[in-house]
Amino acid sequence: MNKYIISVLVENHAGVLSKVVALFSRRGFNINSLAVGETQDETVSRITIEVSGDEYTVDQVSKQLNKLIDVIKVKVLNQDCIKRELILVKVNAPSPARQEVVQISDVFRAKIVDISAQTLTLELTGAETKTEAFLQMLEPFGILELARTGMIALERGTNVITHP
Amino acid sequence: MLMTGADMILKGLEKNGVSVIFGYPGAANCPIYDKIPEYNIQHILVRNEQGAAHMANAYARVTGKVGVCTATSGPGATNLITGIATAYMDSIPLVAITGQVDTSLIGRDAFQEVDITGTTISVCKHNYLVEDIKDLPRIIDEAVYIATTGRPGPVLVDVPMNISLSSTDCNYDFSCAKPPVIRGYNPEPVADKSEFDEIVTLLKTAKRPLILSGGGIILSKASDAFRNFIKTSKIPVVSTMTGIGSIETDNRLYYGMVGSHGVRVANYALNKSDVLLVLGARLGDRAVAHLTNLKTNKKIIHIDIDPAEICKNIAVDISVISDAGFALQQLNSHAGKISCPDEWVADLDRVKSMDKPYNTDDGEFVNPKYLLKKLSDRTNSDVIITTEVGQNQIWTANAFTVKNAGSFITSAGFGTMGYGLPAAIGAKFAAPDKTVIAVMGDGSFQMDMCELGTMSQWGINVKMILFKNNRLGMVRELQWSAYKSNYSGVFLDGSPDFAKLVDAYGIKSKCISKNSEIDSAIDALLSDDKSFLLIVNTDPLETCQVGFDRKEHEK
Repeated sequence: MNKYIISVLVENHAGVLSKVVALFSRRGFNINSLAVGETQDETVSRITIEVSGDEYTVDQVSKQLNKLIDVIKVKVLNQDCIKRELILVKVNAPSPARQEVVQISDVFRAKIVDISAQTLTLELTGAETKTEAFLQMLEPFGILELARTGMIALERGTNVITHP
Repeated sequence: MLMTGADMILKGLEKNGVSVIFGYPGAANCPIYDKIPEYNIQHILVRNEQGAAHMANAYARVTGKVGVCTATSGPGATNLITGIATAYMDSIPLVAITGQVDTSLIGRDAFQEVDITGTTISVCKHNYLVEDIKDLPRIIDEAVYIATTGRPGPVLVDVPMNISLSSTDCNYDFSCAKPPVIRGYNPEPVADKSEFDEIVTLLKTAKRPLILSGGGIILSKASDAFRNFIKTSKIPVVSTMTGIGSIETDNRLYYGMVGSHGVRVANYALNKSDVLLVLGARLGDRAVAHLTNLKTNKKIIHIDIDPAEICKNIAVDISVISDAGFALQQLNSHAGKISCPDEWVADLDRVKSMDKPYNTDDGEFVNPKYLLKKLSDRTNSDVIITTEVGQNQIWTANAFTVKNAGSFITSAGFGTMGYGLPAAIGAKFAAPDKTVIAVMGDGSFQMDMCELGTMSQWGINVKMILFKNNRLGMVRELQWSAYKSNYSGVFLDGSPDFAKLVDAYGIKSKCISKNSEIDSAIDALLSDDKSFLLIVNTDPLETCQVGFDRKEHEK
């Protein structure tokens, strides 16, 4: 099974996201990750979806998405596209473990965004491999809470998805 | 101009050529009902909202225009769902307008509130919840446009009561004939002419070419072009259920319906062919059960208007995204170069000749297939025939001779019991000069017999043929073949005296039990233009199979 990243430009109004998501469950496609936000054009939102499957899956997903009236454009991104997700992680870090957690954060260039006597809350952006490695390093200290955004992605260079 | 939301809906529909709405009122769509008398739109009150959707469905099939139905919020809206799904699966242009609770009450579990746009996402081509009265005229235009263009389908518009009641100054141009521009919707893909060259080459060199015709040919009104293509190229044709009538079924190159309930020669042809052109069909599981087997010995060409159908169910060798009409125009310009080998046609004729003739002996029961064959002969097929779902549907599909495209109306994809009678009503309303015959079983008729009231109220005369076997015959047959004759839940004890039932509505009837009574029964059925119920006592052991052997079933 391969992973594919699909960028979907949709009309920016209520109910559109549920139509997109309903399509996935209705057709039996699995979403690994989903992120949505307004684009530079306020009438358009961009949904970035990562799906697992084979070429058949990604072909069907794209075609079915295209059938939705509120979907303006669908593109399966090149595998070498820029992928990022943002995580917020709260780690158990009383002294003296705190020092070590701070060092690990430095290595990954994570930001310390909150601190208490018992905890550190860290912010990290990066590709999934980086965030996963970071979380692995933090695991022994005890991860108390984790929130992640889901992947967003853009293609490299001058490649852009245009729409009317 | 100051207009209410209800005015905008009705004016918008009128603008789009809508002259009838099938529906059922309630509090939430009452503002629309309040205004209907002011517009040139007739309202047909039905007895259950589902019937309204089916009537609009058949109306659309007969007229080629959009069918419109309306229901109130909550249960009214949910009653429509089966009808909407039925239209979706057969790609029928339908606009459903539902009332909704006031915008201020949405989400508070108000009386008769249901999230109908959320609920119908997967059975609609598109749907709208109107949130601003200013959007309403545009939404009505878009709804009709989306429903009727490209691959047609149902569109639902949910209108909160406060929006249809309130008024606003409206500058919308109701005379504008230009289609709406929707940036996410490009309904008419135009294929390049050169895309058809390879198809023609394949068909030219094929030893056993075959065309599988689907409902797309009928929907795109391309059956004349299709018939011309077959006349010139002499390629044999089989069809899906919705494709029945794309070519006259007594054409010598038509070999019947494929699939689990199709005929032997059609399935033989499908398996044996070396080049298969699938035209306006989606290769559903009921048409082709074992797709992988199909793929082994042939090249498959798929032409469809919906890109998502290409390679959905089977990987194909050549595909073209095109409306069937445009495709046939291209194919017809090359048809003269194609000539189908005689040996292939002879082989199909050989297999076809193996079918046993219909049993016409007099026994205790009428042979439904024989009756349907006779009925088509007696009427010269110049009728519109609708069916319910069950054995009655399969008997009609295989035995009735369909000559005119669109004159065979059935719920093929969704298989909705309770479709046939309301469909007949919608068809008759659309074509009052045509004889419309509803073929029903005693199970399915009891799902929609409340619509007899609709027929009476509006003087819509439908000829009904009821195959009565006191069974849910199709399920009984399934339990016979797949569940070791463990009959469970298929006996229709407690059915009414159907003659008395229709008499209560002022409808005449006749009951027959012998094949020799068929002719006089058809005389009675067609003697005038009034509604009539012909009750046909049918062998409970009768099956859908073509070579029916009674002994084998007496287990």
